[in-house]
Amino acid sequence: MQSFGLIHVEFLAWAALWTVGLSLIAFVGGGLLGFVVALARVSGSLAVRAAAIVYIQVVQGTPLLILLFLIYFGVAVAGFSGVPAILAAGAGLTVYSSGFLAEIWRGCIQSVPKTQWEAAECLALTRWQRMTRVILPQALRMATAPTVGFLVQIVKNTSLASVVGFVELSQAGKLINNSIFEPFTIFVTVALFYFALCFPLSTWSRSLERKLNVSRR
Amino acid sequence: MSSTLSPVVSLSNVHKSFGALKVLDGVSFDVGVGEVAAIIGQSGSGKSTALRCINALETIQQGTIHVCGHAIHDPALDRRTLRRDVGIVFQSYNLFPHLTVEQNIMLAPTCVKALSKAEARDLAREVLSHVGLEAKADQYPEQLSGGQQQRVAIARSLAMRPKLMLFDEVTSALDPQLTGEVLKVMETLAREGMTMILVTHEMAFARKVASKVVYMHQGRVWETGTGAMLDDPQTPELRAFIGNGL
Repeated sequence: MQSFGLIHVEFLAWAALWTVGLSLIAFVGGGLLGFVVALARVSGSLAVRAAAIVYIQVVQGTPLLILLFLIYFGVAVAGFSGVPAILAAGAGLTVYSSGFLAEIWRGCIQSVPKTQWEAAECLALTRWQRMTRVILPQALRMATAPTVGFLVQIVKNTSLASVVGFVELSQAGKLINNSIFEPFTIFVTVALFYFALCFPLSTWSRSLERKLNVSRR
Repeated sequence: MSSTLSPVVSLSNVHKSFGALKVLDGVSFDVGVGEVAAIIGQSGSGKSTALRCINALETIQQGTIHVCGHAIHDPALDRRTLRRDVGIVFQSYNLFPHLTVEQNIMLAPTCVKALSKAEARDLAREVLSHVGLEAKADQYPEQLSGGQQQRVAIARSLAMRPKLMLFDEVTSALDPQLTGEVLKVMETLAREGMTMILVTHEMAFARKVASKVVYMHQGRVWETGTGAMLDDPQTPELRAFIGNGL
């Protein structure tokens, strides 16, 4: 039997690219969807607000694993069999990220002082202009650090995509282990890969927090 | 014909409560074109609330308010058209911290009145020179002193060419020197014929500039008159208030 070597590390590196790809899909998709949900969450209409709250509660209250199963098998039940794993995993992670990003951003939007809304309102700006020209630019400043911080969660949670047959970093580790059975070496290596992806992100998040907090508020 | 000229602002028997707390208890007064009305009174007398009601920032439970032809008490009031006619300046300036002074001023004219960037920039320069701050156009609010920020806030309101300006304790957060520079700007506006209502603790300014003084006490208009009323108060409450205030 072959032992753990360079070829396995190469395989893991290749799988890490899929982890990065899946993270990007989840972040971009979840960001777009989450932005819409965040706006709905602070909408003037009670019905829209309530719908956003229900969406966030349901998504945050469902384990990502179950979310992935639901989408993977749900789509099959709906008559589309053979969904590519990346689509199912991407969709599941998108929904998951949107639920959390929406709530992070809702907090940032609402932490812009009420007096800013009032000042914009008294200048006869429409609700949309108030939001896009006055509130969101200020909320963005506050949102940057926690958003980058949440990216770390996304990267780590892509490991669950293996349950729908997607070969990313964790699944690749499992596959190697099935053939050479050196779990400790393999999974320490896998963990190092995750750390190499996440550490720069959390460092970046912390430096953003320092920078954006100190300067203009 | 001046006697038939309808007032710019007219409050009639206005009632307003926050929950069980009665803040305005039948407030009535008029402000005519070009008049400068100073609302004075202790903290909690309802003067700021009265001002906010005039701009529909608060809703009232009873009574009528007419401002520049808009019926504020009407639930169908179009707030945006009202705010094209009425400017307001707040105690805490409320400039937009992410925009430069010039951008703060250009925002509403470009968004609301569809002015081009160039037109809005000219307008910004004009209103800034009016408050003596042309040199600060490209600075951010945090780089300015409180007095300068408040003058920018006034300029930002002026850029909308309001028919009426409201000032809500605009100098309360400023030291005496900075207060002076803001009051000077307001005095200029008054001389130019701007209709103004100000909630203020600056008794000397009210006496000198206001054509009408409204003394509020416990949610009611207790005494009204010209600036001279402050030298000869008719009620013990106003007498006590001025005694404490000076």
